[in-house]
Amino acid sequence: MPTDMPDDTPRPESSMDTDETASDSASDLGSANGQAAPDEASAAASTADPSTRPKIEIQDLNFWYTDTHALKGITMNVKPHQVTALIGPSGCGKSTLLRCLNRMNELIDGTTLEGDVHVDGQDIYAPNTDPVMVRRRIGMVFQKPNPFPKTIYKNVAWGAQINGYTGDMDALVERSLRQAALWDEVKDQLHSSALNLSGGQQQRLCIARTLAVQPDVVLMDEPASALDPIATSKIEETITELKSEYTIVIVTHNMQQASRISDETAFLYMGRLIEMNPTDKLFTRPEKDRTEAYVTGRFG
Amino acid sequence: MESSSNGTFHLRRTRRKRIGMILAGVLFLATISGIIVLLTLLVDVALTAGGWLDVQFLNSLPSRFADQAGIKPALYGSLWLMGLTALISVPLGVASAIYLEEYAQDGWFLKLIQINIANLAGVPSVVYGILGLALFVRFAALGQSLLAGALTLSLLILPIIIISTQEALRSLPTGLRESAYALGATRWQVIWSHVLPNAAPGIFTGVILALSRAIGETAPLILIGALTFVPFLPQSAMDQFTALPIQIFNWTARPQDEFRGLAAAAIVVLMILLFAMNLSAILLRDYFERQTAGE
Repeated sequence: MPTDMPDDTPRPESSMDTDETASDSASDLGSANGQAAPDEASAAASTADPSTRPKIEIQDLNFWYTDTHALKGITMNVKPHQVTALIGPSGCGKSTLLRCLNRMNELIDGTTLEGDVHVDGQDIYAPNTDPVMVRRRIGMVFQKPNPFPKTIYKNVAWGAQINGYTGDMDALVERSLRQAALWDEVKDQLHSSALNLSGGQQQRLCIARTLAVQPDVVLMDEPASALDPIATSKIEETITELKSEYTIVIVTHNMQQASRISDETAFLYMGRLIEMNPTDKLFTRPEKDRTEAYVTGRFG
Repeated sequence: MESSSNGTFHLRRTRRKRIGMILAGVLFLATISGIIVLLTLLVDVALTAGGWLDVQFLNSLPSRFADQAGIKPALYGSLWLMGLTALISVPLGVASAIYLEEYAQDGWFLKLIQINIANLAGVPSVVYGILGLALFVRFAALGQSLLAGALTLSLLILPIIIISTQEALRSLPTGLRESAYALGATRWQVIWSHVLPNAAPGIFTGVILALSRAIGETAPLILIGALTFVPFLPQSAMDQFTALPIQIFNWTARPQDEFRGLAAAAIVVLMILLFAMNLSAILLRDYFERQTAGE
């Protein structure tokens, strides 16, 4: 039975090692209710060639807020170690789609979901999958910087602590803050309140907090929309650097941002996936007229 | 319509400003009138209490003779009641509120409970006294004890504690819960590490206000049979007791003038107790606000 936390050695970076971590996570998800045995299909899936297997597979996903049909038959794949951007006009469902990937939406009363989401071949909506373990593997950074009203140190350490981290906490906090490009700015004030930081620093602290639990996937919901241009460029730099270790899905309003940082871009409109292609192609030679109209600013 | 956009503006600035000034005056008068009545009451009581409020008064048992009478048993009774009531009502009330806000699924059952709690907050305290008499004094055979009194007062203030705690939980930003869940926290971990510490100032304010209401309650205690003449100090939760409001009620009913002075002195003591409770609520709130700010 693999334990859910790797020790405090640095994260494995080669694709083979990543696959091993992934199969750990598969067992994690399955063991939610003491049902330890992962089903055959997912066991087979986790031994498939990791270079071709998508990190996230979304199959015919439908989502409702009470009576509002917010996502209509979304099918798409997210590749590992890439930045995937979700773009589209306000209300098109991009944030909803993002929040379906770590089961955040089920915290809202009156929502319904149909369809499948597989992460590393594991059905995250299977009855015996524990949403707590899903969120521990698939972290999230929100639109508004929302650090806990605690010290900087505790903000980063809390997630690791509640997930039973046994390694050197100081080292983990430092590593997470370095990954989020915040360490040099806060290393002398780790034990002062996180609320004293600027908005951009708070958002990078939220990224560090997410990285501290060592997720596989990081979801970002317009992480730079509340920030000034300098803070935004720092966040973008951070995202680009994180790509080698994490799979990143980012929702953004800003098409320049999508074209700057993402490898693949998905365009959503009225709850439907209109087009998903490599970012270069989607912005220069879109297949659909509606995509072209949107990326050239003719509507939306 | 083209024509409608051709109208002119009548600014009437003096008129509008005058109306504003008159309104501000009316609102100020409304505030002042309440405070004046309260101040008159306090000054009047304090003057009447004048010569009676001394160490001997705080430290003596009640007596037929006004100059020997004191409120020690009543003071102890009230403190006992407060302590026991807090021990019973705070855990129950806060736990109920956490369940209703954080766990219960939205639906007709939850709505029914909510409406009932809101209604219970408005039920007259005498009714709680009758309930306490039937349920705790007779049925549970607790007798006319401090425990029966505290249980009755707990019932009385439970709705207030539940409602104010729910308000405190509801006023937290959703981002706080979501960001904790997104790190792989269980519901309980989110509640324990983030929801409760951040809601604590609001919860404390509600609790102290509820206890302040309980300390002044007379009717339910009379109904469950709190004694009016208690020449001993309560030693345990099962002892018979009296409380400050009952002692005040008893003294004001006496024909002799001196006892009115005693009643006034007891009222001053009760007021000081209330003031101390409210002050501690403010201090606790400040403390927790500083805690959660991460200092």
